[in-house]
Amino acid sequence: MLKIEDLHVEVEGKPILKGVNLEVASGEVHAIMGPNGSGKSTLAQVLAGRESFEVTRGRVFYGDRDLLDMEPEERACEGVFMAFQYPVEIPGVSNVYFLKAAMNAIRKHRGEEELDAMEFMKVVREKIKLVNLDQSFISRSVNEGFSGGEKKRNEIFQMAVLDPILAILDETDSGLDIDALKTVADGVNALRRPDRAIVVITHYQRLLNYIVPDRVHVLSGGEIVKSGDKDLALELEARGYGWIEAQVAVTPAERHP
Amino acid sequence: MNRNPAELAPEQQRYLSQFDSFSRRQSDRDPAWLTEKRQAAIRCFTRQGFPTTHDEAWRFTSLTPLTRTAFAHAGATDSRPSPVDLDSLPGANSSACRLVFLNGRFSPEHSSLGALPPGVRVQGAGQLLNGDTPSVRQALGLYAGNGEEVFAALNTAFLQDFALVHLPGNTVVEQPIHLHFHSGSEGDPVVSYPRCLVLAGANSQARVVESYSGAPDSLYFTNTVTELVAREGAVVEHYKLQQESLRAFHISTMQFQLGRSATVSSHSISLGGALVRNHVNAVLDGEGAEATLNGFSLTTGKQHVDNHTSIDHAKPHCNSFELYKGILDDRSSGVFNGRIIVRPHAQKTDSKQTNQNLLLSEEALVNTNPQLEIYADDVKCTHGATIGQLDSQAVFYLQSRGIDREAARQLLTFAFANDIASQIRIEPIRARLEKTLFHRLAEKGSKG
Repeated sequence: MLKIEDLHVEVEGKPILKGVNLEVASGEVHAIMGPNGSGKSTLAQVLAGRESFEVTRGRVFYGDRDLLDMEPEERACEGVFMAFQYPVEIPGVSNVYFLKAAMNAIRKHRGEEELDAMEFMKVVREKIKLVNLDQSFISRSVNEGFSGGEKKRNEIFQMAVLDPILAILDETDSGLDIDALKTVADGVNALRRPDRAIVVITHYQRLLNYIVPDRVHVLSGGEIVKSGDKDLALELEARGYGWIEAQVAVTPAERHP
Repeated sequence: MNRNPAELAPEQQRYLSQFDSFSRRQSDRDPAWLTEKRQAAIRCFTRQGFPTTHDEAWRFTSLTPLTRTAFAHAGATDSRPSPVDLDSLPGANSSACRLVFLNGRFSPEHSSLGALPPGVRVQGAGQLLNGDTPSVRQALGLYAGNGEEVFAALNTAFLQDFALVHLPGNTVVEQPIHLHFHSGSEGDPVVSYPRCLVLAGANSQARVVESYSGAPDSLYFTNTVTELVAREGAVVEHYKLQQESLRAFHISTMQFQLGRSATVSSHSISLGGALVRNHVNAVLDGEGAEATLNGFSLTTGKQHVDNHTSIDHAKPHCNSFELYKGILDDRSSGVFNGRIIVRPHAQKTDSKQTNQNLLLSEEALVNTNPQLEIYADDVKCTHGATIGQLDSQAVFYLQSRGIDREAARQLLTFAFANDIASQIRIEPIRARLEKTLFHRLAEKGSKG
């Protein structure tokens, strides 16, 4: 479903991603881990279409389409969703208005009829239970005055409503206490499906106790330096990132065969 | 200290000679007290002349385009603007109480009073001035147009017809009282002097709407003054919807005088006009009074809108809330000057001022200046001003949820205006604001 080939990305002239390769199939959950500054969030934002990141080399396929050729809104309409690490506050726009506009834009793109207010609210009421948020929440301005946990739960709530094919969760666990973490993880697990792929980006292994990944990749210095199954995450937790960076440093030939 | 007429600038001469013929014509018909008020006002104008950008209060607003245009006095020529399309006015269908003025002159055939509670007077006339109306006589020009404000003085000098809203104590008028001023001419540019006087008796309650329009593309000058007096416990909502032609000049003075525990909210919406200057002044002159001054301007092309507000906390325990917002596009420009005075005895004052500006283009320009003068020591006064563009992160956030870039920009621009719009409690006015905003944004979107 998602195929990243030799992706190089610069931010303000500074190389951040230096040849990322990754393939994610339908139904799979992949975790991308890595130390701070390794390029994890850059990768997420490039996949979502953030303009300020410049792709200097490489390609990204979403199905058989060139993802990098698509506007951010087109990616969303085609089923790509990114849960933001720092969800944006939008005063003056209610959650419900925002979600309805988003949902109907996506439905229109798919050639489906727009939902009327009743149908839409039915979806909202059902999905909001997934993340354990109060109903009153939907009439508040988008993320304005939300606690960190509420913002993250709101991202997963949006994901549930918008029903994506590829979901990228950018550090959705950061700043959450254990209860909020479990809520978010339960929400995500409920959304696992054979026709949906999920990429979980995280600094810590903790989240992966609750969202068990099929594959774990370590992003370091702008490259994926190691991939493995879920046990790799445990190993990282036990030994830190240092040993991988050390390993990479002594075997440069293996990295560029 | 009158200047020698020979020393006066030509633009000032023009207004003075118009005044001479006006006062000659009126002198036989009008009572002496009115003639005296006019004479005092014209002396004020003669003494001061038009301000220039060397005057601190006019630093960012040049009147040159206004003073070099030879406006004829509309009241002298009986020139009529092209027909008013009353149905296009907001609230036209609500069978409301409505007074219509054409170039400042009352038009009975366009006006209707609806059903008003007993004792309430809503009148648009000059003939009033001859009647036995001591409270009107006393109030008119007492609060505005008698001091330094040269445009308010000019308005008083040419005082003729005016809109009167007089609420006896303890009356509640449910339906909005709508005062509409339509201006312009098909011939030479004209100047008109609309005038409103709202006297709200103790514990009365009303909503007053002033709206201004003009023939599209017509060049004219509207110089308007409103005095609003809210006696003890009165609750008045005042709306001003300014939709002049995009070539028009619009200068307004609104003076709100609040008695003990009176509550006045003002919503000043500027959508039209080439050069607009609004003076909005509130005097909190009784304990427990509360004033809300909201303002919104939407400018495009080379429009210039200057809002000068002043809130005078003259008594203790008064609250004021001020929120002025501007959305500026193209090469338009805006000014906000918010003066807040807290007098020495006005303890426990609670005052909050916010000015926020959204620039939709690189060329748009805003000057914002809070001006706090606090002479009491136990007060709470906050102020804040922002000037910025649409948040690119917010645009991206919306895009990432499937909303296209243009729709995202429109949504965020709408959201910016939302806290002003949501406080407008007369639905047709809110709808007009939102519709205008929507059209402007759609035009911009189609331009790319």
